[in-house]
Amino acid sequence: MNDAARKPVDTEAVVRMDQVVKVYDDDGLTVKAIDGITLAIPRRRFTMIVGPSGSGKTTLLNLMGCIDSATSGTVEVCGEDVAKLSDNAVSDFRAKNVGFIFQNFSLVPVLTAYENIEYPLLLLNLPAAERKKRTMAMLEGVGLAEHWNHRPNQLSGGQRQRVAIARALVKEPEIVLADEPTANLDSHTGASIVELMQRQQHERNTTFIFSTHDPHLMSYAHETFAIKDGAVVDHTMGAAS
Amino acid sequence: MMVFKIALRNILRNRRRSAMTVAAIAVGAIAMLIFGAFTTFVILGVRTTTVEHSGHLVVLRTGYFAFGTGNPAAYGIGDYQGVMKTIADDPTIGPMINVITPSVSLFGIAGNFAVDSSRTFIGTGVVPSDRDTMRKWNEYHLGGGRRPAPHPDLLSDDDITKGAVGVGLARTLGLCGPLEVPGCQAMPAARTEASPSVQGVAPAADLADLAGRDKDVGAGEPGCAKARIDLLSATAGGAPNVVNFCVSGTDQQSAKELDDGYVAMHLALAQQLVYGRGEHKATGIVLQLHRTEDMAAARARLEAIFKDKGLDLEVHDFTELNPIYNQIIGFFGAIFSFIAVIMMVIVLFTVVNTMSMSVMERINEIGTTRALGVRRRGIRRQFLVEGSLLGAIGATLGVVLALIIATIVNRSGMTWTPPGQSGSVPLFLLLAGAPGLIVGAWVVLIVVSTIASLMPASRAARMPVVDALRHV
Repeated sequence: MNDAARKPVDTEAVVRMDQVVKVYDDDGLTVKAIDGITLAIPRRRFTMIVGPSGSGKTTLLNLMGCIDSATSGTVEVCGEDVAKLSDNAVSDFRAKNVGFIFQNFSLVPVLTAYENIEYPLLLLNLPAAERKKRTMAMLEGVGLAEHWNHRPNQLSGGQRQRVAIARALVKEPEIVLADEPTANLDSHTGASIVELMQRQQHERNTTFIFSTHDPHLMSYAHETFAIKDGAVVDHTMGAAS
Repeated sequence: MMVFKIALRNILRNRRRSAMTVAAIAVGAIAMLIFGAFTTFVILGVRTTTVEHSGHLVVLRTGYFAFGTGNPAAYGIGDYQGVMKTIADDPTIGPMINVITPSVSLFGIAGNFAVDSSRTFIGTGVVPSDRDTMRKWNEYHLGGGRRPAPHPDLLSDDDITKGAVGVGLARTLGLCGPLEVPGCQAMPAARTEASPSVQGVAPAADLADLAGRDKDVGAGEPGCAKARIDLLSATAGGAPNVVNFCVSGTDQQSAKELDDGYVAMHLALAQQLVYGRGEHKATGIVLQLHRTEDMAAARARLEAIFKDKGLDLEVHDFTELNPIYNQIIGFFGAIFSFIAVIMMVIVLFTVVNTMSMSVMERINEIGTTRALGVRRRGIRRQFLVEGSLLGAIGATLGVVLALIIATIVNRSGMTWTPPGQSGSVPLFLLLAGAPGLIVGAWVVLIVVSTIASLMPASRAARMPVVDALRHV
């Protein structure tokens, strides 16, 4: 663990990890994916988790997104020690506070763009009028108002990722976790997606946490954590060099 | 709403697989409904036939049901007219009654002594007009008018000597020729040459003395139109008694042993035979109700009346008096249950297979929705709804197809010989008039489909989110 990773946590941190270890036991083969990470992710910033394949980026994001649990150590998201929450409470916590953007878009294939974006709002039991207002605003925001009735298979990769971004942001979460969001896009589309996310982050003051290899995306970072073999090896303000 | 939307769209998305599953469920529904409709037809047909003949309830002197058939004279109901009036005037049971009529059950020897032929008979004395009314009972409107008409009037209120015999008894007594019974084997010519009892010929000499005692009965009558036999029985006092009996036709009974000895006669004639010049009683009071569903209430009320008035009477319903009724119901019920269970198992495995494939194909979607905040039970509900929707679509299709098939069969003119009947009748599949059966089968198939989805749905719900998201 380097000094950067061990610096005092920010009181405005939206995610705090303290000596987090994650071990996978795969058919008797034990793999330590996260090896004692301590870090704090600041609010309302573009934070990048970078590192080579297999370094533990996605596992770290999964822990921050409360879709996986640490073997040991403490993970606090939005001030909540997620290990102490029940399974239902964690689900409700995710529904309210965490938005996900996946590498492979992961839209519900049988729902239209509008319905995919509206889906997280249904989990929050918002009234229909409010859902419609927010969903239409998001569709406008990501430039897909004309494609509201298209299903994922009728959209291009870039359009799908725009829908995924809209879906992640529509519920106005505390954090948005984006796992390699540009990996499946061509460079031009990837660049436009990055600009879209930056604009949305700016407009909504949302915390974006990325795991990425993409140098273009990394160049937008406010703060970068470099990890290797499950440990933070570098912490840089701004983009990593 | 979103859950239904996703479920329906996933069903439509995998059209071929969904079509196969829906077809399997529909076939299950058709099998259950068609056989259920047939079973309903049989059961209601048997019930109608039974109630036409026996009524719903019979009031008997206490002990008659267990011991009285061996000595009907000793177990007669004395003031049966008074009892009938008490029952008919009761404000509770009165409105339920379609027919209330006395009857006399008896046994003895029926003889066509001209051909030296005789055999034991089991007779019933009835009020013909009441029996005619009973035979028109058709609570279930079977066959929409295609059901065979009630038996022709073989008995008459005005002629107490007139009555009917079973085809078997007619054959045994050599009456098939005179009665012109179709399909009834006539007695060989050598036996019928000297058939003096038939159409106005004098009885045989060796029985002339006994037959001569029946001069009271039929005296002054114009004579028997077709055939005459003599009925011998013992009176309440044990003395032998004999009456003339004009056979106006045959009334075939379902069981051969009953048909071979069946005699239906006027109540007065039966009373004369059993009670002679003594007090004329009835061995039973038959109640036919408007609606079978009133039977339990009517029975309870009758028992209360008898208890209040201190009458030494007991009540039995038609299922107790006709054990074969319950046997037929049980037999068809067992076959229907067997078919229904097989169909449910087929549907169960088909839906399990389909839903398991659906879960396998949507692992990533499961991971995504869980990551969005859907609880485990939300995932379980999603797949349960999908399974039950498949069941609902398949069952609805099955109901529609079964109704079409039933309509075609009902219009085809197919016939069959039901249990408890001697001749063939039009085959009807009572489906349109059996909403309980339709709703029951529909609900059962949806429940089975939902249960079948439970295991795949639970597997989907238990899936770790990260494993599901990692799935390719």
